[in-house]
Amino acid sequence: MPDTSPIEVRGLVKRYGDLVAVDQVDLTVEAGDVFGYLGPNGAGKTTSLRMMLGLIRPSAGTVRLFGRDPQLSVKALEGVAGFVEAPSFYPYLSGRENLRLFAALDGGEAAARIEESLATVGLADRAKDRVGGYSHGMRQRLGIAAALLREPRLLMLDEPATGLDPGGMRDMRDLIRQLSASGMTVLLSSHLLAEVEELCNRVAIVRSGRVAYQGSLAELRAQAGESYRLRSPDEERARAVAGAQPGIADVTAEDGGTRFAARDEEAVGALSLALTEAGVPILELARRHATLEDLFFSLTEGDTVVETRRASADGGDPTAPAPVEAA
Amino acid sequence: MNPGVLTIYRWELRKLRAQKRTYLGLGAAAIVPIIFVVALVTQGGQPNDVAFGRYLHDTGLAVPLVLLLFGSVWMFPLITALVAGDIVAAEDRHDTLKTILTRSVERQQVFAGKALATFTYAVLVIAITGAVALVAGILASGFNSIVSLSGTRVSATEGLGLVGLSLFFYLVPILAIASIGLLLSTVFRNSAAAIVGTLMFSLLVQLIGILPGLGALHPYLLSTQFSAWQGFLRSPIDWTPVIRALWVCALYAAPALFVAILVFLRRDVAGD
Ligand SMILES: Nc1ncnc2c1ncn2[C@@H]1O[C@H](COP(=O)(O)OP(=O)(O)OP(=O)(O)O)[C@@H](O)[C@H]1O
Ligand SMILES: [Mg+2]
Repeated sequence: MPDTSPIEVRGLVKRYGDLVAVDQVDLTVEAGDVFGYLGPNGAGKTTSLRMMLGLIRPSAGTVRLFGRDPQLSVKALEGVAGFVEAPSFYPYLSGRENLRLFAALDGGEAAARIEESLATVGLADRAKDRVGGYSHGMRQRLGIAAALLREPRLLMLDEPATGLDPGGMRDMRDLIRQLSASGMTVLLSSHLLAEVEELCNRVAIVRSGRVAYQGSLAELRAQAGESYRLRSPDEERARAVAGAQPGIADVTAEDGGTRFAARDEEAVGALSLALTEAGVPILELARRHATLEDLFFSLTEGDTVVETRRASADGGDPTAPAPVEAA
Repeated sequence: MNPGVLTIYRWELRKLRAQKRTYLGLGAAAIVPIIFVVALVTQGGQPNDVAFGRYLHDTGLAVPLVLLLFGSVWMFPLITALVAGDIVAAEDRHDTLKTILTRSVERQQVFAGKALATFTYAVLVIAITGAVALVAGILASGFNSIVSLSGTRVSATEGLGLVGLSLFFYLVPILAIASIGLLLSTVFRNSAAAIVGTLMFSLLVQLIGILPGLGALHPYLLSTQFSAWQGFLRSPIDWTPVIRALWVCALYAAPALFVAILVFLRRDVAGD
């Protein structure tokens, strides 16, 4: 059933006066995804998540969680848990008391999961202390514990690793991996490409409220204009052969070698045979990733990689807007 | 089964029990009558211009009644506003609305639970002041008969019943003040502003009451309803101010609560 995807967002807009914080966002998160919602500061990640959780009203557009609208009733959050920005608690209550309160507001069996959740996030021994005295990392972990009380099928986390020490980040990522392996769908907002690369199978990259890219990471790499590097003692002839080869394009000289783009791997294989036939020795033939980092910056700070490259190649205007809309 | 208003109400009470301001309010409600009685005993004088003021040395039953009149100026509105003005704004202060509103409770349930907890606190305030004032008053001036406002003498036991009834009826304007506190707490999202605002409202209404030329408004001011209980201390009971207090207070409370709920239901929870 297509309308029961964990998250389906259509045409979502949030305006604050003149500022468009979220601008026509379409998003589909399928069951089992670990979906990265990636963007720089102020891109509108938190604002989108708030709308998805029914905390703020969209200026336009719709959100469906498992087919239900969180604007209408909190019933749409059944099987959904998460937090936006830093998780918040009653500072004058202990960690355990806070969880008891949340479990009471969850109803059902939530209260029975308190100790288990505390143990999962490694807070069992500090649970009796007032949250007012917790460190940032402890609050972050308590936030996860609070989400786990709901035994969610969909977990929405807004930069959960922000402000954690390296060990805490590793624990957080391990936990997300573990939860995902147990069948949970996860929406994870992040600034960090590396984090998303490590954890997510699908990603949406947002910039100033707009989705600049949405799809699998593999497709993203491909879209980055994956290129190949060829090195031969006879560069001239190698380039000539490559230029004549079907499925091979953008053959250019680069320092000590040749760079080209290929339609697919078969085309590269065919090229290697053609070179051998033509008697051109191959010293090196390898795939080069445009680093995702470059791609990320170009998607979030201006043009796409493709546009940037074209601009640097022909000296065009690098500030020209890039109408990239991938689905 | 999803939790309901009762669950939220219980937890709101628990949250109140864990906060200092609750004890500040309840403590004031207990200490003021004690200070009052101690001053009465040590100073010897009495306020003759206040209803029942001149009986303070004759019977302890007069003490809670004088306190009700004295406390209506700002003490009870302040003590009430201390919690009413904070109970919604505190969620903004701790940014916890986003936490509880992403559990399994609807916004209107959260608001209802908070309103009920606020009213419970207000009831407790009046009950504590009344009980402490009675005990301290009876210890100081004895459990004696009291002269009603119509000049007839009422036996001590009957007087006690009338004092209890008056305390109970005093809740009517107090709950109206609490509703206004809830409204300001919801709208301002700031505890101090809501508390000061509620107190200012209460004082402004009294100011209107003493302005010359606005005498016609007098029966419909919220401040006037704080003395409606005096109807019980006439013989026979004068129901006119009592009945009027019921609907006038409802006219203050109902729109305040209605607007507060609307704002609470529609507001963005965006931590600003
Ligand atoms: N309540 C609000 N009132 C006015 N503007 C807001 C509000 N909330 C967010 N914004 C604006 O909307 C834009 C997006 O903010 P948002 O918090 O969603 O970004 P973000 O992607 O979560 O950023 P960060 O990575 O820094 O957390 C920002 O320009 C912000 O100033
Ligand atoms: Mg954010």
